[in-house]
Amino acid sequence: MEFFFDAGWVLLATFRDILPILGLIISFQLFVLRQPIPHLRRLVVGGIFVVAGLALFLIGLEMALFPVGRAMATQLSDPAFLWGDAATPTADWTAYGWVYLFAALIGFSTTIAEPSLLAVALKAGEVSSGVISPWGLRVTVAVGVAAGIALGTFRIVTGTPLHLYILGGYIVVVLQTFTTPRKMIPLAYDSGGVTTSTVTVPLVAALGLGLSESVPGRNPAMDGFGLIAFASLFPIITVMGYAQLTYWLARRRQTKPLKGDSA
Amino acid sequence: MNDRPQTSLLSGLLPVISKKLWSSFKDLMPIILVIAFFQGLVLRQPLPDFFNVLTGGVLVVLGLMLFVEGLEMGLFPIGETMAQALARKGSLFWLLAFAFLLGFSTTVAEPALIAVSAEAADIAAEAELISPSAQSIKQYALGLRLSVAVSVGIAILVGVLRILRGWPVHYLIIGGYVMVILMTLIAPREIIGIAYDAGGVTTSTVTVPLVAALGVGLASIIKGRSPLLDGFGLIAFASLLPMIFVMGYGLIVF
Repeated sequence: MEFFFDAGWVLLATFRDILPILGLIISFQLFVLRQPIPHLRRLVVGGIFVVAGLALFLIGLEMALFPVGRAMATQLSDPAFLWGDAATPTADWTAYGWVYLFAALIGFSTTIAEPSLLAVALKAGEVSSGVISPWGLRVTVAVGVAAGIALGTFRIVTGTPLHLYILGGYIVVVLQTFTTPRKMIPLAYDSGGVTTSTVTVPLVAALGLGLSESVPGRNPAMDGFGLIAFASLFPIITVMGYAQLTYWLARRRQTKPLKGDSA
Repeated sequence: MNDRPQTSLLSGLLPVISKKLWSSFKDLMPIILVIAFFQGLVLRQPLPDFFNVLTGGVLVVLGLMLFVEGLEMGLFPIGETMAQALARKGSLFWLLAFAFLLGFSTTVAEPALIAVSAEAADIAAEAELISPSAQSIKQYALGLRLSVAVSVGIAILVGVLRILRGWPVHYLIIGGYVMVILMTLIAPREIIGIAYDAGGVTTSTVTVPLVAALGVGLASIIKGRSPLLDGFGLIAFASLLPMIFVMGYGLIVF
C-alpha cells in the first residue's frame, strides 16, 4: 500500500520535472514559430513514456543503485574483510587496494559500453580522417575514467582536498591544449562530459559516499563527493594525450619510414 | 498513426519492449559483471537485500528504456526541427532565448541530477549544514537543481553565440577554469565536492542529444562553420558553468 502511495508521489513530482520541456516546445511552436504542433499524438504518447519511465527509474534507483554502491563501499573497506577478524579500522591508504580496483573496473567497463561515447568516437574518426581510430579512442576514454575514479577513491581514503587534484588536472589540460592538434580539442573536451551516464552517476556517487562513511576520520559532507568530477576531467587529459601521440607517430612515420612497430 | 491514442499507446508499447529491453540490459551488463565478480570471488558474500536490488535493477532498466524511447518519439524530433526553424528565422533574440530555455528545461528533467541532488541534500542535513526538516531538505535539493539548470541554460546560450561568432572553444574553457578556481577560493568547503560533481552529472540522457542537435543544426546552416568542428564543445562548456554556479549557491545558503 505504502509502495503505491510513494509511487504516486514520484509520478507527480516527475510530471513537474517534465513540465518545463513541454512548456518550452509548445509555447515556441505556437507563439514564436506560429505553426501547429506536428505529430501531436506522438508527442503525447512520448510524453507519457517519459514521465512513466523517469518515475520507474527513480524508484528503482532508490532500491538498487544507491544501496549497491554503498554496500560495495562498506564491504570492501570492512576491516574484517581486509585483515581478518579483530582488526582495528585504519585510514592507511595502502589497505584499500580492492576499493581502487573496484572503482577502476566500474569506470572502465561502463565507459567502454557507453553508447553515446561510441557515437562520438565514430565522429572523431571522420574528423581526423582516419588518424584516430574509434576503438583506440574508446579505450583511451575508458582508461581515463578508470584512472580518474580510482584516484578519486584514493583521495577520499586519504582525505586530501579535492580542489588541489582538480587544479592540477586543469593545469595539465591547459598545457596540453596548446600542443594538441586543433581539430581534436573540442572533441577531447566533450569526451569528458559524455562518459558519465545516467546509471553510472548514481552508482559512483553512492560508492564515494559509502566509502567516506566507512573509512575512519572521513565524513560524507566533506569527502564523499568528487568522484564524478574526476571521471569527467581525466578523459580530457587521456584523449588529448592520445591525439598528441597518434599525430606524432603518424608524422614520424611519414618523415622516416623505418621500423613497422609503433608502441 | 491515425488510430486512437489508446491503441497507438498499446501497439507502440509492445515492439518497444521487445526491441529496446535487450539494448538497455546490455548497457547495464558491465556493471552487473563487475559487481558479480567482486561479490562472488573477492568478497565471497551476497549483497544485502538481494531481492530488493534485483527488483530495483529491473525497474531501472525498464524506466530508462521507456524514458529514452519517449524522448526519441516525441521530444527529440520536435526539438531538432525547432532548432533548425529558429536558426533559419534569423532572429537572434529568439534563438538565444530558445537556447537558454532548452538548457534549463532539459537539465530540470535530468534523472541523474534529480538523484544526486536528493542524496546531497540528505548528506547536508545529516552533517547539520541545513536544518533536518523534510521541507528544508527538499528546498536545498531543488535549489541545487535550479542553480545547475540556470547555469546550463547560460552555457548553451554562450555556446550558441560561440557558434554564430566562431570563437575558439578553448578560450571559453580556459576562462571557465579560471572562474572555477577563483570561486573555489571563496566558496564554503562543504559545497566544493558536490559543485565539482554537478558538472559531470548534468550532461547525460536528456541534455546531450538535444544540445548536440542544436549545435550541429546551427553549424550546418551557418556558412563557414563545420558541423563536426563547431558542433562539438557545447557539452564541455555546459559541464563547466554548473561548477561555478553551485559554488555560488553554496555561498548564499551556508
